[in-house]
Amino acid sequence: MDDLLREFLTETTESISLLDLELVKLEQNPNDPELLSNIFRLVHTIKGTCGFLGLPRLEAVAHASENILGRVRDGELTVTPAAVSLILESLDRIKGLLSVLEQTEAEPAGEDGDLIQRLNALAEGAASAAPAAAEQSLPVVEALAPVEAEETPAMSAAPIAEPEAAPAPALVSEEALAESKPAGKSLAAEVVEAKESTVAMQSIRVGVDVLENLMTMVSELVLTRNQLLQILRSQKDTEFTTPLQRLNHVTSELQEGVMKTRMQPIGNAWSKLPRLVRDLSHELSKKIDLQMLGAETELDRQVLELIKDPLTHLVRNCADHGLEGPADRKKAGKPDTGRITLNAFHEGGHIVIEISDDGRGLPLDKIRAKALANKLATETEIAAMTDQQVMQFIFKAGFSTAAQVTSVSGRGVGMDVVRTNIEKIGGTVELKSRPGKGTSFIIKIPLTLAIVSALIVECGGERFAIPQISVLELVRAAPGSESTIERINDASVLRLRNRLLPLVSLRELLHLDDGKVDESKRSSGETFIVVTQVGNYTFGIMVDRVFDTEEIVVKPVAPILRDVGMFSGNTILGDGSVIMILDPNGIAEASGGQGHAETAHAAEELAGPATHENERVTLLVFRVGGGTPKAVPLSLIARLEEVDGKSIEFGDGRPLVQYRGKLMPLVPVDATYETKREGRQPILVFTDGSRSMGLLVDEIVDIVEERLSIEMSAKRPGVIGSAIVSGKATDIVDTGHYLIQAYPDWFGNMDRQGARAASDGKRLLLVDDSPFFRNLLAPLLSTAGYEVTTAESADQALGLCEAGRDFDVIVSDIEMPGMDGFQFAETVRKNSRWQETPLVALTSRTAPQDIDRGRQVGFTDYIAKLDREALLRTLSETTGSARGAA
Amino acid sequence: MKDKSMDAGLTEESREYVTMTVADQLFGIPVLTVQDVLGPQRITRIPLSPPEIAGALNLRGRIVTAIDVRRRLQLPARSADTSSMSVVVDHKGELYSLIVDAVGEVMSLPADSYERNPATLDPRWREVSGGIYRLKGKLLVVLEVARLLEMRRADAA
Repeated sequence: MDDLLREFLTETTESISLLDLELVKLEQNPNDPELLSNIFRLVHTIKGTCGFLGLPRLEAVAHASENILGRVRDGELTVTPAAVSLILESLDRIKGLLSVLEQTEAEPAGEDGDLIQRLNALAEGAASAAPAAAEQSLPVVEALAPVEAEETPAMSAAPIAEPEAAPAPALVSEEALAESKPAGKSLAAEVVEAKESTVAMQSIRVGVDVLENLMTMVSELVLTRNQLLQILRSQKDTEFTTPLQRLNHVTSELQEGVMKTRMQPIGNAWSKLPRLVRDLSHELSKKIDLQMLGAETELDRQVLELIKDPLTHLVRNCADHGLEGPADRKKAGKPDTGRITLNAFHEGGHIVIEISDDGRGLPLDKIRAKALANKLATETEIAAMTDQQVMQFIFKAGFSTAAQVTSVSGRGVGMDVVRTNIEKIGGTVELKSRPGKGTSFIIKIPLTLAIVSALIVECGGERFAIPQISVLELVRAAPGSESTIERINDASVLRLRNRLLPLVSLRELLHLDDGKVDESKRSSGETFIVVTQVGNYTFGIMVDRVFDTEEIVVKPVAPILRDVGMFSGNTILGDGSVIMILDPNGIAEASGGQGHAETAHAAEELAGPATHENERVTLLVFRVGGGTPKAVPLSLIARLEEVDGKSIEFGDGRPLVQYRGKLMPLVPVDATYETKREGRQPILVFTDGSRSMGLLVDEIVDIVEERLSIEMSAKRPGVIGSAIVSGKATDIVDTGHYLIQAYPDWFGNMDRQGARAASDGKRLLLVDDSPFFRNLLAPLLSTAGYEVTTAESADQALGLCEAGRDFDVIVSDIEMPGMDGFQFAETVRKNSRWQETPLVALTSRTAPQDIDRGRQVGFTDYIAKLDREALLRTLSETTGSARGAA
Repeated sequence: MKDKSMDAGLTEESREYVTMTVADQLFGIPVLTVQDVLGPQRITRIPLSPPEIAGALNLRGRIVTAIDVRRRLQLPARSADTSSMSVVVDHKGELYSLIVDAVGEVMSLPADSYERNPATLDPRWREVSGGIYRLKGKLLVVLEVARLLEMRRADAA
């Protein structure tokens, strides 16, 4: 027999016995809403499953009963014995049908028109409000038992007893019913017993907690077995050898057996999908074919429950976003029926589920635009990303935008939730997409959450377990060998196949240093690097030694240790020792900018409390010649490249390089710089629209996030000023200066939008407390043709207002000490000479509520800091329109 | 915060305690809360944990968190050559092993020798003490296990 059918029979037989009881209870407590909704739910489920399995007779009967219950629930019908018995009768009919179904695996022929008609009559009875004849309830009660007896005309008319019309008789009828009930019940019980489902007998329902408990006990047994085996290995020829080996095998089988009780075919999680896809295809007017492969692949029921929702969401996404309509498909030369494929299979200790469609693929351009609109990244950052990186945006929280929400998708479960849920159970999601060919999501999850495979490592004399699923590879690094650990300032990195892998020292992270190992010995010795992946972040964990992988039973850490975020649990190894399980997520989080954060704080403390800038800026630090390191905000850089010195050519006496099919001018940081003719030449690439330029540097040192305060402003061209970066005095480079060297009309480039004309001679007031931004933006804006005045606080700006200065546009920061940007805007808008002057907010606070607030207080526009192009465009639009209006 | 067995015990004639010494002070824990008494164990250090937590150990397949009672009571650390013992207690379904200098016998202590904490007791001790028993020649401090395991985060940091 079909598994699905067998399960249906078991479940429905149970539901019906339950319903028998519940209906009787309802008759006695007609006003218990909880009871009623429980009954409704049970009948509804039966109806739903029948419909799903294609059992029309059962479905029709269940549906008619549900109708009555629905009306009762909505208060349109009152519970009467007549109604209850009629429903009980229909349950008996369902039982009869089920027993035939069980024997023949098909519904018996015939139809239930009479019963359904009576059920419907009862349901409609409410609407017709037939006068209640209370006396009639009594015969109805008597009519409870034999099915044949109910074939009376009295029943088919089944009037509703209206309590207020005849309260007393109704009461009598209830009492009578209560008496007659046990008899009726026992009769029903006999009937049920007689045809007690044989299928139901073959399976036992066991509480999940019983299984969980069993699993825990088995886990303990496995651990004990491992310990015994360990002892056995150290002792030769003992009498324990044979019995221990038997114990070993029995334990393994027991473990497998218990695991099996928790295993369910993944098809169970898929069972609702065909219906979902069918409905979707109607709703979306698309032709969709759902293919399910490997439905019999089994996995732990706990895991199964947890992936149900993510799977449903992914399939829904495929149908809604992935697949094209039939017309579009034909145009693209594909069959008009789109295909969604689910494929599950085992791989190692994991189960892999692929959800793929043959649709249009991810619209990369749209994703880029949306990421920009949602301020998830700046334009330059996006331009520097690979397609694969761009795709990852769909996993970002709040990425689904209004444009995407249809009745089908956008129901509040975003892709970010899908990913979080999968990662929560130690799984990973991969995404592959080819334009025009389709998209596939590859989910990899552990078979069970209870036992995981882990890599055992040692560091600082302690052993730790790292879940195998996060480990990509192991690298041995030793001085003089192929792989060496290099240091950039305080950060360790490893060159791994032409990529720099950031390294995290487990020793430092966990404060494992207790003086046992001295520094010199450590740095000379070999180090093992566990290349670990968390989401898209790949990093290396430096450890002293690597042992085997072991199957471990994850146990939660004691509650008093929950605050230590670095461990996901602990376990007992084969040798009986306790070992902590490292949480790669926690490590990735803790290590993100670890060393730098400390130096940044130190620098801030040095700078004293007078500095107000709390904006953290990511800076790229590089060297040119000797002397002071230089830095530039990373967000201004489109790409970091290395070109072969030989490929640098000269045109018009200036160095050029062929870059992406075009000539890109290269600009030295200062005129004395000698372009390399040999070896690798690192360059920083700046782009704007279709133009690019490269800044020649000697060495890219580091990328740091700093609270920047410019300590000294410089008079030298090309330098904004100096600041402490990573504890060293560093020149902050004025990119504007070099951009103009490469293309004298770089900022005038805006001309193509008619911006230059609009900006020419426009008076602009820049209010920003951060000297860094004032110094960065003022030259940029003045090169773009504005006449720039700066103010370092709102008060100073208002002073200019009172002094009678006029401006064509005001650009203001939001977060400022004293009066902030919102208050400033309010003051300006309320009553000042600048009431009509366009106000543009320039801020790192770009949450929707901030933007709303900004608009409310009177900002004309709202721009993310460091989005140079957006700023210039907005300014030209704003001033242009202001002039038009004037 | 008093545990149930304690309340029950006070109304009876006498109560049984497992006695132990930490830095020459006698302590007692109600015998029913004690699961095990262990000799020196192999303890796995837990990095980044509060200093009172000595680590974790394996007790017949269960992971037990070890608490260094000396550290917890802010007493000087045990010298390296002296051995230690542990008393394993159950607290809210989790096992904890209290590392002490030595574990003594089980004593039945009469209720009339019980007294509340003297007002002059060090506040750090008062916090974990459930009262004092007057014994011949010495005093026994009743350790309140629940309070002992309630570590203030400020201390831990």
